[in-house]
Amino acid sequence: MGVSVPTQAAPERGTQTRIGAAFAPAMSALRSLEVDTRLLGMLGALLLIWVGFNILSGGTFLSARNLWNLSVQSASIAIMATGMVLIIVSRNIDLSVGSMLGFLGYTMAMIQAVWIPNDLGFGHEQPLTWIITLVLGIALGALIGGLQGFVVAYGGVPSFIVTLGGLLVWRGLIFRYAQGQTIAPMESTFQMLGGGTVGTRVGALGEWPSWTLGIVLCLAIVYLQISSRRRRRRYAFPVRPLWAEGLVGAVSCGIVLGVVWVANSYPLPVNVALQYAEEHGITVPPGGLFIPTGVAFPVLIMLIVTLVVTFLATRRRFGRYVYAIGGNPDAAALAGINVRRTIMLTFALMGSLAAISAAVQTARLNAAVTNLGVQNELDVISAAVIGGTSFSGGIGTVPGAILGAVVMQSLRSGMVLLLVDSPTQDIVVGLVLVVAVGHADADDTDAGPGDPARTAGRDAQHPGLLWRRARGRRRVDRSLRRRGRWPCRRQRRRQVDAHADAFGSATT
Amino acid sequence: MRTLSGARPPDSGQIAINSQPVTIGNPRDAKALGIETIYQTLALADNLDAPANVFLGREVTAATTLDDAAMESATRKVIGRLNPNFKNFKAPVLRLSGGQRQAVAIARAIHFNARVLIMDEPTAALGPAETAQVHTLIRQLKSEGIGIFLVSHDIHDVFDLSERISVMYHGKLVGTVNKNDVTTDEVLGMIILGKPPTKLTQQDLAELHG
Repeated sequence: MGVSVPTQAAPERGTQTRIGAAFAPAMSALRSLEVDTRLLGMLGALLLIWVGFNILSGGTFLSARNLWNLSVQSASIAIMATGMVLIIVSRNIDLSVGSMLGFLGYTMAMIQAVWIPNDLGFGHEQPLTWIITLVLGIALGALIGGLQGFVVAYGGVPSFIVTLGGLLVWRGLIFRYAQGQTIAPMESTFQMLGGGTVGTRVGALGEWPSWTLGIVLCLAIVYLQISSRRRRRRYAFPVRPLWAEGLVGAVSCGIVLGVVWVANSYPLPVNVALQYAEEHGITVPPGGLFIPTGVAFPVLIMLIVTLVVTFLATRRRFGRYVYAIGGNPDAAALAGINVRRTIMLTFALMGSLAAISAAVQTARLNAAVTNLGVQNELDVISAAVIGGTSFSGGIGTVPGAILGAVVMQSLRSGMVLLLVDSPTQDIVVGLVLVVAVGHADADDTDAGPGDPARTAGRDAQHPGLLWRRARGRRRVDRSLRRRGRWPCRRQRRRQVDAHADAFGSATT
Repeated sequence: MRTLSGARPPDSGQIAINSQPVTIGNPRDAKALGIETIYQTLALADNLDAPANVFLGREVTAATTLDDAAMESATRKVIGRLNPNFKNFKAPVLRLSGGQRQAVAIARAIHFNARVLIMDEPTAALGPAETAQVHTLIRQLKSEGIGIFLVSHDIHDVFDLSERISVMYHGKLVGTVNKNDVTTDEVLGMIILGKPPTKLTQQDLAELHG
């Protein structure tokens, strides 16, 4: 046991402050940047993982091909993780997302492959099939998610139980109405949502639309920076120094354009490119044909979802209320917030996001299978938690969850490149999850004084914290005992014996 | 108190404001009637910053999105009145001191032009300097014509700040008296023995000091 001895601790603290002093200019620069240091730390960790795997894999990891695939594989989990952040922030959990995804994917497959073409007699490959399917799927997702949310919020059943039930029910329903069959194929436009190719059609934006998207996003970033500065100026609030503003803008735009550049560095597969050249009358140069793929549709969908959910979470009352409920449910209710409705809406949002992910996954597979989305709930929750969402409620960001999903997928993808078997992958990802959460909790305890009234709620949700505090208390007890201020067990027994001697005792 | 602030629906009886009977079903109703409450627990969302807490449930919006700058500006003004040293408008209130948290809770109550203010043990968690600050504030609000219910267990606070005193004993109202008509001993008698001043005997008072 590491009982700290004062003589050891003192010089240690000294070096710490010296290091702190050395870092002081860097820290103050960081502060004037006003960026989320936690997010920055995660980006650093991600960079480390990427560079590490790149070295170990001999340069394969950071190839355009691998990064493009990585982005597509992360997308479906990342889409759901944005909603899971809001659920966990409001002190709930949704264990049913994987089963909901399977159920919704199955339903959407039935709509486009059976009901519209056969039962309604419209035939296959109708131009509106994909959008009707998608809209119905999202609506159904919101409905079943909202149903679970209703039971949680108005029925007062803990979300863990409700969604655990949901996990079984939705999965069971798939088998009920599909009888274990695989539904395929998907309609060809719908397939584009998965980022795959059908003939010469590719589920990606292509070169110039990708660049356009990148430039539009950069302009949006700059516009948001300027308008926020102007608003703060109007109230004469302090604003970031101009160099900091410029740096933040430049780095954000650099990341956006970098992503586009990587996506455009990934060429179409050779046979698709050849077919494309044939159709468009392009002569194939001797070195082979390089047609950029561009940003994949699943990634585009993820981007849109991220923007929408971030907007909901940070710029709308709904989001403010979700965080307030997570911070202090009683205070939220006393402030006149409709807590139940807000909770129900988070679950409805989660359901519709599960539907979007279901569309991406079925489109990518070009089929709906009965085990679609199995264990996805664990990946989604892990992504949110690695991304800094705290189970004690009130803390977590949407961009963090996206990063969390990318970190997890990077680990898996990197280990696949290194030919690590899948059980070992699970072990590594599991350990990373625990370490990430442990680290986040350490931050939590630093946050405020250990006022018992204020930390009581956190303890209830956080056995780890309780244990840590109890350990502190045990140490105090031990030192008191050593100094004879506190009766140790032997002393106590002596007291009891003395009492029995003096007064006689019925106890043996 | 909880009924008046809308946290709990009434079992019986009625509430009148300016002799008009009103119904209060939830906290929103109470706030619409100008009844603001400062809870003993402060009822703050610890993870949010001061402006978000002050405007919780009554956010200022510009074209349906939250106008954080406007809310921060208003919060700076109202908290500046209470505590000029308050600077941390961006930090989650979890990181603030007890007095600063109290300032946020009070700011929330007085910013919206309260007519009736319910203060549940407003100084219970504060040091002497901060307590004095709150006392000054209470007198100032009183002079502005705001009706204040002050819930307190500190007999000196009660005599310093109030006009009328009601004593509750085991959930029942013992009596309501004017401050100038009674002595501290009589009020203590009401508190400890649960008897209104008219029923207190010399013997009771002697026992109190016994």
